[in-house]
Amino acid sequence: MIARLQQTGYEEDRLQRVAKLLPCRELQAGTLLSIMGQPQQYSYPSVFIYGHRASGKSHVMHILLKELELPHATVSCVECVSVALLFEQVLLSFFGCDAASLLPRSPSLSDFVRIYRQQCLEMPAKQTRYVVMEKAELLRDMDANLLPAILRLQELVEDNVTVIFLSEIVWDKFRPNTGCFEPLLLHFPDYSKGELQQILSQDKHPSYSAEFYSSYINILLGVFYSVCRDLRELRHLAALNFSKFCEPLAEGKVKESDTHKLWRNIEPHLKKAMQTVYLREVSSLQWEQMQQVEEKETGPLRGLSAHTHVELPYYSKFLLIAAYLASYNPARTDKRFFLKHHGKIKKTNFLKKNEKTSNHLLGPKPFPLDRLLAIFYSVVDSRVAPTASIFSQISSLVTLQLLTQVSHDDQLDAPKYKCAVSMDFICAISRTVNFDIVKYLYDFL
Amino acid sequence: YLLLRKTGVTVETVKQVASKNFTLSEQKKKRKILFKVLSAEVLPELMHFNSNEGCDSFFHCCLKSLQDELNRSILDSLLDFTRKCSSTRQHGDWASQMRASEIPTAALVLGVNVPDHDMTFQSLSELLQQLVTPHVASLQAKECGALKHLMKRVLERLMGTTVTVDDDEEEEPEQTSTETHKSISPVKDELQQPPVVVIFKDLEAFNHRVLQDFILICSRYIERLPLMFIFGIATSPSTIQNMLPHSVSSLLCIELFQSLSCTQHLATVIDKLVLTSHFPFKLNGKVMQVLISIFLYHDFSVRNFIKGVQLALLEHFHSQPLSVLCCKKKEALANVMELSQRDLERIRQLPSFRRYTEKQDAQEKVNLMTDDTHLKEVCRKLIKDLRKYHKNYYPVLRCLHTLTSSLPRYPLGKQIRELHLICLEKTVWETEEYQSAMKLLRYNVCPCHGLVASAENAPPVDNSITSPVKSLSQKKTDLFQLQKTLLEMNETRRTKKLSPFETVRNEALELIDGLVKSHLSPPEAQTLYEVCYYTSSATVRRHLNATPRTSIQAALSNPYHYLQNESLKTEDGSVSNAAPDICIAYKLHLECGRLINLYDWLEAYATVASAAEGNDPDSDTFGKVDEVKHARFIQAVSELEFLGFIKSTKQKTDHVARLTWGGC
Repeated sequence: MIARLQQTGYEEDRLQRVAKLLPCRELQAGTLLSIMGQPQQYSYPSVFIYGHRASGKSHVMHILLKELELPHATVSCVECVSVALLFEQVLLSFFGCDAASLLPRSPSLSDFVRIYRQQCLEMPAKQTRYVVMEKAELLRDMDANLLPAILRLQELVEDNVTVIFLSEIVWDKFRPNTGCFEPLLLHFPDYSKGELQQILSQDKHPSYSAEFYSSYINILLGVFYSVCRDLRELRHLAALNFSKFCEPLAEGKVKESDTHKLWRNIEPHLKKAMQTVYLREVSSLQWEQMQQVEEKETGPLRGLSAHTHVELPYYSKFLLIAAYLASYNPARTDKRFFLKHHGKIKKTNFLKKNEKTSNHLLGPKPFPLDRLLAIFYSVVDSRVAPTASIFSQISSLVTLQLLTQVSHDDQLDAPKYKCAVSMDFICAISRTVNFDIVKYLYDFL
Repeated sequence: YLLLRKTGVTVETVKQVASKNFTLSEQKKKRKILFKVLSAEVLPELMHFNSNEGCDSFFHCCLKSLQDELNRSILDSLLDFTRKCSSTRQHGDWASQMRASEIPTAALVLGVNVPDHDMTFQSLSELLQQLVTPHVASLQAKECGALKHLMKRVLERLMGTTVTVDDDEEEEPEQTSTETHKSISPVKDELQQPPVVVIFKDLEAFNHRVLQDFILICSRYIERLPLMFIFGIATSPSTIQNMLPHSVSSLLCIELFQSLSCTQHLATVIDKLVLTSHFPFKLNGKVMQVLISIFLYHDFSVRNFIKGVQLALLEHFHSQPLSVLCCKKKEALANVMELSQRDLERIRQLPSFRRYTEKQDAQEKVNLMTDDTHLKEVCRKLIKDLRKYHKNYYPVLRCLHTLTSSLPRYPLGKQIRELHLICLEKTVWETEEYQSAMKLLRYNVCPCHGLVASAENAPPVDNSITSPVKSLSQKKTDLFQLQKTLLEMNETRRTKKLSPFETVRNEALELIDGLVKSHLSPPEAQTLYEVCYYTSSATVRRHLNATPRTSIQAALSNPYHYLQNESLKTEDGSVSNAAPDICIAYKLHLECGRLINLYDWLEAYATVASAAEGNDPDSDTFGKVDEVKHARFIQAVSELEFLGFIKSTKQKTDHVARLTWGGC
């Protein structure tokens, strides 16, 4: 049953239409409407809405503003690489191109406010104007004064304007340490299983009955609900796998009502989808193609992460091995591993109290270039001249992201690196050059 | 003066680094200009230039076709992918409506040989522009440090104009995307919009943040704008997952494309360019070894390998005057007739030719040494012989390779290039590996099939080679039936007698052995091989595999090497007094331990410097430190610090620490 939205000042049938378009979000929409008040009334200066991905924040705002025909500007903060773009979009949607073109190059906040007020005198607001900021968390990375200013935009421009922030992050993470105007907070909770079922069942396939599709969604949620509550993703997965679900029906083997048989048919398929398509190991297109061809013909589909093998030049392999050793062995132990006559030193002799935890659990440690080269020359079996290409290999390993440079790019003197590859990877690499890396690792002594 | 000195020291390194940085083509241009200048003056030089041109152009068209052929399959599948993407987009059925619209993405795994990728992307974007869509933008990580730069590049390349944005003002993405959209739509019908392709050449190097934001923005417009991405990946496809969080990667519909591995690529290049008798210019074993080891040990770059071959080609034509004869057979024979007196004298001096003369009888020797026309005749004959040698060498090499490449533990190498290297350097049939391979072959028959195939595929060469092999193949097909019955017979009566199969197999092996012995002799044994073979491996190594540190040390310890000033010439590694200050300081610092007392160092320096000024050793002022000397010394020391030989230390006052080991 669709709950009724009530708010004086709006036409009744419009509110009805809005309510129909916002299933399972009536409560939030109602709250928002009451905050917004009647169109001509001043509204609260800023509202902050947060909730997880695909919990209907943008959808609700969009439908409300569009269906009720309220003046608004929607800005996605990802696109605003500079504040100028943000200002421009707001002015453009409220006052048209002319106003936007009045902005000087690299405008400041006060330029924006000045032009807004100027325009406002010519076109005063009859209704509340709304600015919707999507992905508002990115505002934090812009100028420090921007967020506090936008929060009290109503005050600054002396106009009936309300700013609505949409974010996936809670307000506490926004609050600047200098303090600012507190917006009204509104939380959009995740959809429950029942709600998801209700929403997903709405987009039924035209050639099948609603009950049939609803039972399909039920099965789908049974498999995926534990890992994914993202409505968008679920809808995508439902569309991808529906044809497989209908297969026995098309072949005439089962009837629409025979849910158990249908379930037996689709369940393993959905489980496979969870491991591949959902993780984007296999693209949706390939998945669809695979459904069309018999599985026996294609053989197991190899996902993206199955291809981890990297071919490297001979010395690059040794450089990487040396980097790995330098990252995971304490520098004190180099003498033990790479000196010919190191004497008999047992592990217990160098064990320090805090080093009892495995270095592999702590992650790679940075090391200077000298140490890398010293280890490299002792692990590589032949005599290698220190040519320019050895050094260029180090930097190409950095661009391939197998090493990461820890020190700043500008530091030419003794740069520091970290090894960014996994144990499995380095073991595979050292096997190809017949180097037993485990023997040289302090953790495995 | 100081500046000059410094450049003197570094000029070699700069040159090496330059060649390293693939600016070889420029060097080549310079050389060509040089050739042109020379050619205007003398006729033989003109011939020289022409033959070089011929070789060069042949080389280039070979390469071009090779590149196209190698990339053909991967490019074709990519083109198909883009076409498919633009067509599937238009489906209006239920499933595609419900599906979240993803950006079609091709993950193109190209291997770690990054310098080679440029060529692939170049031809890819050209093909795309010709066949699929006019809207292609390729991006490199280094020009896209921030989102706005990336946006600017994309828009510039898509719209073909320079977007007039400076750093503070950015055009609105939405506006411009819709603009692009508008500019596309009139061109084609709505139904078959050409896709807008964005190529990320080096995905790994892109800033994660920038890439994520760009994908997020693009996904907002995917409904209206037929975007698609191509990711160039050097390592493995899992980097995509490492770079992009699930929320972003779920916006992409990624399909994987794997290109040929670089070793296969190299094998094809070697096969087409090196193992062919069409191309007169050859590399000797050492040069080949240097080029291949640079490839395998350092960069995996086929492009650099080819550059190496080109460098060798240039050096050969530049340094060997007799390289006029290194061209097509007809031209070579014509060129022999036009050889000048000087060139003929050069021929007489060639070690291989002298060996040849030694073998002739006395009268012939005299004729060769004195009669120019006779010498020309002999040269023509020798050049024909050399060509014949090459014509036979490669087919026999291939035969031997097919025979031995599947033997256990590969005694003669897995790849044909390894066998080629062995043959170039040694007399192959005298090596242990060859003996063991032959021994193995006597117990093993399978590879013979391969041989027959390869012999049939080989270009029609000497009939003497192919015909016996062919007759052999006919024998063998019958033999297989025979073998089975023979084996059965063997089981019943274990006779020691050789079966007919074994006899024929031994015959076949003997034939092969004979072929190897007659045709696979090393090129150094051929007369006039110097004409075609480039032998200076040290030059190639110096140019392609620069050693900056060795160069600096050479410059400091032996300044004559770079400055070529007679007064600096010394014996036994000592440095003359007249050497630049830094060399003297360097030499003196080699005598010290880990910590150097600056004052002692200064005293020693002042003594040497006074001697250089020609002061009388017995005078009072000799070895005294004056202001000028002091300043020069400090300058030399700071230069050494800059080059990384010393650094200041806090362990002892007035001391500096040495950073290198060793010394006198």
